[in-house]
Amino acid sequence: MGNLVEIRDLSVAFDGVPVLHGVNLQVAPGEALGLVGESGCGKSVTWLAALGLLPSKATVTGSVTLGQAELVDAPRPSLENIRGGRIAMIFQDPSSALNPVIRVGRQMMEALKLHRDLRGDAARKEALRLMDLVGIPDAKNRFNLYPHEFSGGQCQRIMIAMALAGEPDLLIADEPTTALDATIQAQILDLLARLRAEMQMATVFISHDLGAVAQVCERVCVMYAGRIVEQGPVEQLFSCPRHPYTRGLFDAIPRLDGPRAPLTPIPGTVPDPRNLPAGCAFAPRCSHARDFCHNDRPDLLPQQDGRALACAYPLPEARQHKAAPEQVTS
Amino acid sequence: MSFLLEADDLVRIYSGRSGLFGKAQPVRAVDGVSLRLAQGETLGIVGESGSGKSTLGRMLLGVDPAQGGSVCFDGQPMPATGSADWRGLRARMQMVHQDPLAALDRRLTIATQIREPLDIHKIGTEDTRAARVQDLMEAVGLRPDQADRYPHELSGGQRQRVVIARALASDPDMLVCDEPVSALDVSIQAQVVNLLRTLQQQTGLGMVFISHDLKVVRNLCDRVAVMYLGRIVEEGPSEELFANPRHPYTQALVSSVPEPGKRLDGRVILQGEPPNPAKRPSGCAFHPRCHMASDICRGVIPELHATGEGRTAACHLVTDATATQVA
Repeated sequence: MGNLVEIRDLSVAFDGVPVLHGVNLQVAPGEALGLVGESGCGKSVTWLAALGLLPSKATVTGSVTLGQAELVDAPRPSLENIRGGRIAMIFQDPSSALNPVIRVGRQMMEALKLHRDLRGDAARKEALRLMDLVGIPDAKNRFNLYPHEFSGGQCQRIMIAMALAGEPDLLIADEPTTALDATIQAQILDLLARLRAEMQMATVFISHDLGAVAQVCERVCVMYAGRIVEQGPVEQLFSCPRHPYTRGLFDAIPRLDGPRAPLTPIPGTVPDPRNLPAGCAFAPRCSHARDFCHNDRPDLLPQQDGRALACAYPLPEARQHKAAPEQVTS
Repeated sequence: MSFLLEADDLVRIYSGRSGLFGKAQPVRAVDGVSLRLAQGETLGIVGESGSGKSTLGRMLLGVDPAQGGSVCFDGQPMPATGSADWRGLRARMQMVHQDPLAALDRRLTIATQIREPLDIHKIGTEDTRAARVQDLMEAVGLRPDQADRYPHELSGGQRQRVVIARALASDPDMLVCDEPVSALDVSIQAQVVNLLRTLQQQTGLGMVFISHDLKVVRNLCDRVAVMYLGRIVEEGPSEELFANPRHPYTQALVSSVPEPGKRLDGRVILQGEPPNPAKRPSGCAFHPRCHMASDICRGVIPELHATGEGRTAACHLVTDATATQVA
């Protein structure tokens, strides 16, 4: 099966400081891929670089292909056809992504004009259909309102509707629910999952919220300090994380059941990109690190169980003995 | 048993205006809230944005004066905001905000900032103050060599540690934390949550912990109050409340928490948005989003009533006996 997007050996440096170190990533048509990791690990930069959205001080090397087209260093006009048209992106803060002084309806019609060449009544009709699709109640009467007259969750719905205007093959959602309340977050996640199924559109879901990723994604990549450290199907990765960093991320999440014990944080902080450790970037924070980890960096290698892992001393594979008895009883 | 903090029937009304020439409308941000906080206890306040939880937090400290109701701190009524008595009392109750970078002065070193409360409240002598700053930095897990750093040189988690150290400088009896870990990554969030718990166990201070993150609240708090549109809709010991929520709103909140490894199916997804506090629905404010609402909910505001096991709920449909059937 051909991949929709292939990222090969993508590296990014800001003012000579490398922040992304050769990322390889594929997105299949219709697939839902999650990218998780702490802030500053390169989740967003990967996709901003792929779409040519980084400022000019960034140097991007490697290759990003969409079908036959190469995106890195592509001329601006061809990139502009792809952005919004074939790959759309939505961001964390919807109220700052919308123009505050232009009515919402007009902003939607602008997107339709740019990507589908729809004008006048046709554009208006399509814009209303999209607003209905993303669940804006009473779209007809709210077409001419300004962004500030909508709540945060509804602004995010409008952003999603605008992203859908170009009928993209791939939707990149960069922390789409982080700024929203829990109940609204659940609604938006539900919406994204539904739209993906209805429109057969691939989704890349960038988030630091493992719980949210688990709900909408099929495959997950965990990133740390500009590299992918573990990659695999969501069930596998979540039931049995093997990279100590992935495991640490799970252990740090407080639980809604069980005893109220002190949490298990990952000690220390994310390393400064100007001053990365010599070996594995996670080694200084890792409780399993040995001499090798501090001197040599493990490569991301495919494992027998289908995942890819960049760790010299991964956690044991079989952790299922905990889950198995539950399945028997239920 | 005497309480560290007693708040009765607190009301805070902002006057909101719709449009430039619109008529000023009263917005009841906090509408009749009563709370008790015992010494050494952690009380969580959860709710969506606009539910009035931050306003309530400021009112408990007297930063925002109450328009109705009263706050008693350590058995004494709260002095008027801005008065000398109130300023003196502020040494005993401190606040931690969400955004540490905004709460810190970018032009002062962190040691100076941690020291400021000691200077303001004239605690100790020059020498003991310097020693106290060192102790505080150690207690919150900052290295001594970081004392001369500026806030921008620290990471988000370290900045929040500075804010916490500063809040603890005057050895307060009460700490109000307003979303202290919301801006932090999970791994760092866990560090700060553990720090708050340890500090509380060591110093025995009472803590009000305001957050929208139910998982953190459950982990840290002894008791939890759930707010919706300026009112407390349910209150109880945190483990029981989250294990068996009784108010339909709490049930929806608990159900909306994404858990790793759990798919979307089978969750109660609440429809609609939190309503505008300026246009408060009649009766129970939650009824337009509630799947169980009946006629009485639309007409009569439910009062908080005891539902057993030290819990209270404000819902017509929750009585002591039926409580567990609601699902």
